[in-house]
Amino acid sequence: MPLIPMVKWLLAWRYFLKRPISYLAVAAVSMCVFIVIVVMTVMSGLVREFKAKNHAFVGDCVIETDSLVGFGYYEEFLSRLQEQSFVEAVSPVAKGIGMAVIPQITGEQNIGIEINGIDPAAHSRTTNFASILHYTKNNVERVFSPSYDPELAGCVVGVDVIPYRRQADGSYYYWQQPVPVQIVVSSFPLNLKGGLLRSLDLVSTKTFYYSDDVHSGLVRVDGNAVFIPLEQAQVLFGMDTPFARISAIHIRFKEGTPVPIGTARVRALWQAHVQSCKGRPGADLLDGVRVQTWQENRRSIIAPMEKEETMMTMLFLMLGVITVFIIFVVLYMIVAHKSKDIGILKSIGLNMADILMIFLVFSVFIGSIGSLVGSVGGAVFLYNINDIEDWLYAHYHWQLWNREVYAIGDIPNQLQPELILSVFGAAIAACVVGALVPGVRAARMKPVQSLQVNQL
Amino acid sequence: MIKALNIAKSYRMGKAKLEVLRGVNFAVEKGQFAAIVGASGSGKSTLLHILGALDQPDSGVVYFENEPLNQFKRSRLNRYRNKTVGFVFQFYHLLDELTVLENVLAPAMASVGTIGWIRVKNKMTRRAKGLLEQFGLSERLVHKPYELSGGERQRTALARALINEPALLLADEPTGNLDSKTGHGILEVLSSLNRQGQTIIMVTHDERIAAGANRTIRLVDGKAVG
Ligand SMILES: Nc1ncnc2c1ncn2[C@@H]1O[C@H](COP(=O)(O)OP(=O)(O)O)[C@@H](O)[C@H]1O
Ligand SMILES: [Mg+2]
Repeated sequence: MPLIPMVKWLLAWRYFLKRPISYLAVAAVSMCVFIVIVVMTVMSGLVREFKAKNHAFVGDCVIETDSLVGFGYYEEFLSRLQEQSFVEAVSPVAKGIGMAVIPQITGEQNIGIEINGIDPAAHSRTTNFASILHYTKNNVERVFSPSYDPELAGCVVGVDVIPYRRQADGSYYYWQQPVPVQIVVSSFPLNLKGGLLRSLDLVSTKTFYYSDDVHSGLVRVDGNAVFIPLEQAQVLFGMDTPFARISAIHIRFKEGTPVPIGTARVRALWQAHVQSCKGRPGADLLDGVRVQTWQENRRSIIAPMEKEETMMTMLFLMLGVITVFIIFVVLYMIVAHKSKDIGILKSIGLNMADILMIFLVFSVFIGSIGSLVGSVGGAVFLYNINDIEDWLYAHYHWQLWNREVYAIGDIPNQLQPELILSVFGAAIAACVVGALVPGVRAARMKPVQSLQVNQL
Repeated sequence: MIKALNIAKSYRMGKAKLEVLRGVNFAVEKGQFAAIVGASGSGKSTLLHILGALDQPDSGVVYFENEPLNQFKRSRLNRYRNKTVGFVFQFYHLLDELTVLENVLAPAMASVGTIGWIRVKNKMTRRAKGLLEQFGLSERLVHKPYELSGGERQRTALARALINEPALLLADEPTGNLDSKTGHGILEVLSSLNRQGQTIIMVTHDERIAAGANRTIRLVDGKAVG
């Protein structure tokens, strides 16, 4: 028996063209495809951008302790790391919490901050630090020398730390040159046991002068980070005595080194280093240090975003179920209305598989035309999504993501072929599944019954 | 050519059992034009469906060229419906979605695959056009069935039944839905086909129509007489 009788294609196509309901089904499928492609593209774009920002901000690998006391014996390890062929750059960082007062702008009011002591040159070789600066992007050695008076102790603040600068469209107000704003930073110097260090002088305070901003796109950084020179941070935290300590070493690998492999090698080196330090004073501080890839290091920040993406995917699976149901209803109706045709087809010698195929081909038409329309529509919409948003903002002052709240620039709209392909495939599969039950029902009809139903 | 042996068929209507055929026996030879006559509801359509393998008897066997239909595999049955018999129904049963020409070609399309169709398309299209011309439908090739009169529809159905050159033409009240003039036209077409050698079994409740055939089988009380 012939495998693919021609009449099947002809009929499937004619059913498709003749019934208004099949256009409705196409519209339904294309709307589902459109929504899935648009939202998933934007969503996964946001997640991807967010991950990229985190990666750029911390480097490839981070050796870090959660302890505010920090860990010592790092200089020798830094030079060992720099000898490694797979290491591009390393940057020691002293991190601590503290508070800042900006007397010229907010008076007495203080804000909690995260203080990062860095060596700007090393840090910008390791991370994107230089590129997220504003004034000293190309001159990062001068980042802590305020242009209005290079002799003053400069500091770099997250772009939201000095208030009132964010504008409604999401951009920031910048002065021509940094303005002489004092930022009074206080922190708590700790001894090796984590107790307060200098009993008479519980808090160490130092006045810095605003010399630049960082705009990382990461809310915590832009809102709370203050960068100061490494040695000054060590003094503020008490990490200068009895031996120099830091909180983290950020590492960038040479181009082409896979992050997990590089990290594993760093971990091995670190373990050897910890061994060799056994018995030295304060060596126990090394036990609390973790060697992590950037993903592991930032997991607590990235994970919720990924969860959201997973949840979105689940929601869209439901859209897929709805598509199946729509196709099911459409085909069920056609089978019910066209039972006579099925009897006729059987009387001229089509077999069950042929009849089933008519409905499957029909559903593939609906699925593929719907997907095509939906994904072309989605692509066009995404291509223009930022213009559309700008237009809406210009005319109605409406933003999808209020830029006063969300630290995103443009809405990500980069089409991913694998997303489109899988949505395409899923839509067609959904249609075929929806056609299966009515199709099987049609195929199993007895020819005489279906002919007589209409005769009565 | 075709032989019915003790064909029985009953329908269950709730508790009651309706015995429609109670052991029908007859044979039709090659080249005959047989009319099966019976009152309305006497089981003529049921019998014809069984002969055309559209339905199965409860008991009894239909032999075609001495081969029992109940031994046919499913694919063989499909081929039997597709190529061996041609069916004409009282209510035409054309596919509304297809044009007249496509309706006529449908059984030919069903007998080959897509590749095969490309090979035979021209030949079969010529044959379909020839049949339609013979039945006076040359002007109607691209019309849809609902644009045709009853007589035109029935002639389209007849062309469809003949497209695969079936050994046996089965016609179920082919004139039943037509006025007598148009009905006689159809009958004349059948007669002339029979003169060209076509074996035909026609079902009718109308003795005058049956007179057009060269043999009459009466269906009385579920049995064949004559
Ligand atoms: N599928 C069916 N279910 C129940 N009864 C049926 C069915 N098909 C036919 N019948 C009954 O069988 C009898 C014979 O039907 P049919 O063969 O169509 O008669 P005819 O064609 O001679 O008018 C009728 O009484 C009809 O109601
Ligand atoms: Mg009847």
